[in-house]
Amino acid sequence: MSEALPIVEMRDISIEFPGVKALDGVDFRLFQGEVHALMGENGAGKSTLIKALTGVYKIDGGSIVVAGQERQFHGTRDAQSAGVSTVYQEVNLVTNLSIGENVMLGHEIRGAFGVNWRATHAAATEALARLGLEHLDTHKPLSTLSIAMQQLVAISRAMAIKAKVLILDEPTSSLDAAEVEGLFRVMRSLRDQGVAILFVSHFLDQIYAISDRLTILRNGRYEGEYLTRDLDRHALISKMIGKDLGALSSLGGNRRVDDRDYAAEEPLLTAKGLGRRGSIEPTDLDVHRGEVVGFAGLLGSGRTELARLLYGADRADEGEVTLHGKRVDIKSPADGLVKRIAFSTENRRDEGIIADLTVRENMILAVQAERGWARPIPRKEQDELVEKYITALNVRPSDPNRLIKNLSGGNQQKVLLGRWLATNPELLILDEPTRGIDVGAKAEIQEAVAELAESGVSVVFISSELEEVVRLSERIVVLKDHQKIGEIVNGPEITAQHVVDVIAAHGVEAAAESGIIDAEGQHDIAASHPSESSPADAHAYAATEEES
Amino acid sequence: MTIVQNPQIDAPDQESTASKLVTRVKRVVASNPSVLPTVAAIVIFIGMVIYGELAYGRIVQYNTLSNLLINNAHLIILAVAMTFVILTGGIDLSVGSVIALSSVAGVMLANAGWNPWIVILLMVLIGTLFGLASGILIQYFNVQPFIATLAMMFLGRGLASLLSTQPERLAEESPIRWLGEQFKIIDGPKVNDVVITPGVIIALLVVFGAFFVLHRTRTGRTVYAIGGSESSSALMGLAVPRTKVLVYVISGTLSGIAAVVYTSRLGIAQNITGIGWELDAIAATVIGGTLLTGGYGYVLGSVVGALVLGLMNVLITRDGGIPPEMTTIITGGILLIFVLLQRAVTSKRHT
Repeated sequence: MSEALPIVEMRDISIEFPGVKALDGVDFRLFQGEVHALMGENGAGKSTLIKALTGVYKIDGGSIVVAGQERQFHGTRDAQSAGVSTVYQEVNLVTNLSIGENVMLGHEIRGAFGVNWRATHAAATEALARLGLEHLDTHKPLSTLSIAMQQLVAISRAMAIKAKVLILDEPTSSLDAAEVEGLFRVMRSLRDQGVAILFVSHFLDQIYAISDRLTILRNGRYEGEYLTRDLDRHALISKMIGKDLGALSSLGGNRRVDDRDYAAEEPLLTAKGLGRRGSIEPTDLDVHRGEVVGFAGLLGSGRTELARLLYGADRADEGEVTLHGKRVDIKSPADGLVKRIAFSTENRRDEGIIADLTVRENMILAVQAERGWARPIPRKEQDELVEKYITALNVRPSDPNRLIKNLSGGNQQKVLLGRWLATNPELLILDEPTRGIDVGAKAEIQEAVAELAESGVSVVFISSELEEVVRLSERIVVLKDHQKIGEIVNGPEITAQHVVDVIAAHGVEAAAESGIIDAEGQHDIAASHPSESSPADAHAYAATEEES
Repeated sequence: MTIVQNPQIDAPDQESTASKLVTRVKRVVASNPSVLPTVAAIVIFIGMVIYGELAYGRIVQYNTLSNLLINNAHLIILAVAMTFVILTGGIDLSVGSVIALSSVAGVMLANAGWNPWIVILLMVLIGTLFGLASGILIQYFNVQPFIATLAMMFLGRGLASLLSTQPERLAEESPIRWLGEQFKIIDGPKVNDVVITPGVIIALLVVFGAFFVLHRTRTGRTVYAIGGSESSSALMGLAVPRTKVLVYVISGTLSGIAAVVYTSRLGIAQNITGIGWELDAIAATVIGGTLLTGGYGYVLGSVVGALVLGLMNVLITRDGGIPPEMTTIITGGILLIFVLLQRAVTSKRHT
């Protein structure tokens, strides 16, 4: 295939935003019948390149050739009519209309009396059939489908409008393993039908499972184009972050061999029988000074619910919490803050950042809240605080006056971490701090957590990535079905598999065999419905969705 | 609703039209809980008719129902206009004052001897122009629909008052009055006739036209899609900016048409005509089952909503014992019930 002319060829693309060069002389080519992965850290310019191709951003330099013609699109609509369709991370369909309409919107088949619905739904079914989804009732509202199925419907839509180029921008971030496999089957089938697919994902395993070729970007520059099979993981990550992996892999090992005898010390915080009806069963928990306690469990296992009780977002109905040996009642997050307990949410976009404020304002928010609004923090002190954490956490770009929404996910997370560190907490609860961020930022956040613990701050670390929990925590609290089912004292011999075994051994349904965690533990274990994650084909799980 | 319980038959080729319709209605209701509020509006309307007939009599007869249509033709047109706007998640507060400006200007021009057809065209175009201005403000200057149309509302009212603060009477011999003239279709006993005016026919044409646009054209489906999610619609490559301006143009134009229909029936135009009508239109739309956040609703529902409001006035008049001040309280009560009903339906959809 690669001998033919590329269907998309972007040469020497440059895009400048005020003060930043987002893309600097980037080359990219895409052939028919290949899956081409676009790789790079957050902020490397992947999204910008995609937006340049689809005409959302105007390019300042370079040329874009699509199907042999030089083009500069004027937005999505224009790009679509030239056969370039994009499916985004957040499903961009309208849930108030039917499945069939979502496939055909804007391309409905018209007859003498306006839209011919019968023909339109038939065409939608035909497009869905290309993805093996012909059994869906196109008259049903889209909202009856799961996110994974909606994602496939979005791809069907691209097929219905005869896309020659399909851009998939992180389509897998909210799918579980079986759903990802279903998506890959569709992608392979489309590739074999001659569609050129541009694929973006943070999961390296997925890149190796599906892509034929990859292009690496770093800091807005072109780093190289490789055949996926010619480049091993190590080489790929090194090229993405521009330095050796050493820093990454040295992490972790040393934290595990920690022979402090925690049992002998008085814990910083003790919870006895702490519970709340409908969200978490009564739970005992100790957190010691300078200790990292991991909460492991599937999504919906009660990890977040337990954390919310600890810092006062929800009130416990039973049990008690002791802090420094004294019994306390944490009434609200503000009260938690006063008692030096800070919480960073898993829902970064809605509960974490304030998108329209600057990095500085986002970072000082918690300190300011603690002091009360009547006592504004002097500018000089603000500058010192912000400067300190931007440097310490390596926030990029390091401009405190930039709006936080213009930062990549990983850097937003660092700002949030800075926000809570600025309050000088004794106990820091981090709920999914590394979700959806790239490998470099992930390593930096993990490093920051390890350093914090060294300096005496206690950390509760919640993550779906078991590898990460095992690498960082001294002790792992395992949760399932809204209760604590075990506690593992970490040691060199403990691996993610041990945690999986604990979860699997508890109760009848064995989560381990459902394939929710792959060998690397890189995967999100977001499968909350074990029945759906069985290695079934696309039809089988589609059918489950329809019933629900 | 009982027909819905029929077992679904696997459609053979010679399936009758009736059972096709049953299957269709059944499928729509089963797959789409959002039709429920509209169905509820129809049920309430029928309930009100039955109650009125039992309590006061002379409701289910030709002249009462004819008058209901004649007296509410303008409100039906306004409710249709409002449906377009609300379906996109917007709102148009200017419709009432557009009617005032358009009527006053129209009557004054007609009395000044202008050609009546040109006057009617101008009355409609005044509405179009106001809608276009709102649409451009909202789409290209990023003004909130509430604020943009509020500004247009004040502008329209002010211009109408500039033209005249006196009731302007349309000359008796003006051909415009023909639109409000009553034609007997069926001659019943005594005054119990089926009567229709060209205004009612215009209103019905507007309803059917709107239904066609919303359900049978790409533009109409884009209106629904924008209400579902504007950003998704843009990313799906739909003509979002054009459609958003268009719904306000439609709303304005229909307000102009409503002004023509209303003025031709009453024969008087005043600068205070139509105060609060935008709220009546919104109420009719909401009662008809259109969700204020956009994306869900039917133009036929809005027609029923307008008739519910009209019938309520009839019943209150008939009762005689209910002080007219109660009208607004009852309207408010009905509105509240429907909003709560919608809340129940939407929360069901989300869980």
